[in-house]
Amino acid sequence: MADATLLAVRNLRVEYASSRSLFGKPTKPVRILDGFNLDLRTGETLAVVGESGCGKTTLANCIARFIPAAGGEVVFEGLDVLPLTGLALKAYRRNMQMVFQNPVSSLNPRLRVSAIVSEPLETHTSLDSSARQARALELLAETGLEASFIDRYPHELSGGQAQRVALARALALNPRLLLLDEPTSALDVSVQAQILNLLQRLQADHRLTYMVISHSLGLVQHISDRIAVLYLGELVELGPRGSVFATPAHPYTRALFAATPVPDPRRRRNYVALEGAVPSAANPPPGCRFQTRCPHAMERCRIENPALRRVSADHVAACHLLGDTHIDDKEIKP
Amino acid sequence: MTLTEGFRHYVVRGAALRPQPGSVLWHVRGDWLAMASLTVIILIIVVAIFGPWIAPYPEQGVGLAIVEQKLQPPGWHFVLGTDSLGRDILSRIIFGARTALIGGIAIVAIGAAVGTLLGATAGYFGGWVDEAIMRVTDVFLAFPSLLLAMTVAVVLQPSLGNAIIAISLTWWPWYARLARGQAVSIRERKYVKAARGIGVSHATVIRRHVLPNILTPILVQAMMDIGAAILTVSALSFVGLGVPQPTADWGAMISEGRMYVQTGHWWVPTFPGLALFITIMASNLLGDAVQAAANPRTRRTVP
Repeated sequence: MADATLLAVRNLRVEYASSRSLFGKPTKPVRILDGFNLDLRTGETLAVVGESGCGKTTLANCIARFIPAAGGEVVFEGLDVLPLTGLALKAYRRNMQMVFQNPVSSLNPRLRVSAIVSEPLETHTSLDSSARQARALELLAETGLEASFIDRYPHELSGGQAQRVALARALALNPRLLLLDEPTSALDVSVQAQILNLLQRLQADHRLTYMVISHSLGLVQHISDRIAVLYLGELVELGPRGSVFATPAHPYTRALFAATPVPDPRRRRNYVALEGAVPSAANPPPGCRFQTRCPHAMERCRIENPALRRVSADHVAACHLLGDTHIDDKEIKP
Repeated sequence: MTLTEGFRHYVVRGAALRPQPGSVLWHVRGDWLAMASLTVIILIIVVAIFGPWIAPYPEQGVGLAIVEQKLQPPGWHFVLGTDSLGRDILSRIIFGARTALIGGIAIVAIGAAVGTLLGATAGYFGGWVDEAIMRVTDVFLAFPSLLLAMTVAVVLQPSLGNAIIAISLTWWPWYARLARGQAVSIRERKYVKAARGIGVSHATVIRRHVLPNILTPILVQAMMDIGAAILTVSALSFVGLGVPQPTADWGAMISEGRMYVQTGHWWVPTFPGLALFITIMASNLLGDAVQAAANPRTRRTVP
């Protein structure tokens, strides 16, 4: 059961609505994700990393049904959730919750913590208000907050406390999957570690599956089981944390790691500086999407977009440098 | 900080009638004009509530005509004189304060409630819902509001209730616009997204997450509008489409009294006019001060 797939993203396509030009002619829609595939295994923590604009938040928003997909499937426990509406969608939401980047702004300033944490219970269960209050206290205890916090307003909470409240709200209905969008980036460094430890404890206690969106490699190294690297809407590398950190196969992943400062004054910086900016998603380069900034770009990269190739047992990357050991698209679905 | 908090400080902790630091009234306290306006308004409210006990001739205030004492100038018996039916003008003005306040507050309350609900719905949903609601709003705004109110009042027969309905009908679009603008910004907040992610229905999101967060500017606007609403009721009464006789109303009193100016009985329309002027002036000045205090950027710093 450990390796069973909880959520499978298949051929997902997300477009942002075309704006109309001056004379009403629709312009070409911007494809944020185009034929995207990714699997989440039950109980794992998958980190999705990449630069701003690479589509990682779009992916989470699409899985959480906040934005519509233009095509493809998101299969949760064998059921495609993209066409769901009404009660079926509500049932899916019960199993999947998202936690947002800035915890304070994800809490309504006019509601007390008790109302915030019991809102999911009020929406999905028939518990009366005293039962909801009792459950809210339970959830606060679980996320490491004292019972006295129940009557506070969000502006009376610190960032870390607010994130704990947001987690308590997300856990209220015992979901199976949590989408964590930059769960610590708005917090003080000292608080980040506490939240990460809390996340790990909650995962163990509830058999939760995490998809963590982040650009912080420190966080990723601490918490993830597997890492997915995105560049301009495409998966460029996917593998177990240890393998990806030890032997990054894609030039982009290597540049990403090299650009992360190491807190060691004796170590010299020797990063492969990336030249130029990320190309626009509205007008991606031909061939490999990374070719405009890749230090190893070859003739072939300008013509052919590389497919994913196997690096090791569970580790794949999309780069022509890895030779031509093509693998079937189905085979790489880990 | 906000208006509601300001009220809470006063009402809940009312024992110590001292504005709490940070409340709107606390920021207004150094502004003598605003404090004078507030005093005047509280005085008018007290007069309106206790009218029957304060008025020197309550039965004349209600409308009892005593023709033998008609058109007496201000003096010892009748401080502000009597009107053409011999009624004490001071008593009439005191009873008129009730009409004015009931009318003004009811119009603003109905207009704000309807407009806020429609505007918040339009702003929250966006798209065609927004288009539909706001185009209807535009149609209402395109009519000259007094003319629309007069037309409705004619159709409904003159009475205070109908005047309130008629004027509310021209009043809500302003609140709809204000609420829509606020709701458009609240819609993008993460807590609205979080609520939708939980599976909370649109109606509940509007009620629980949007409305409470757009209320402050609407309450400030409502406070500023009460004076204008009172004036509009008086305008309807002035043309005979508002409050019918014998109920006391400042607008109707000015209307009846205006022909006596030429015959030298200046006090008949002048005092109700002054009452109207003072009330609206106080309401506007207080509204301005509250609006300035509600916005930290225009707030005066009082040591």
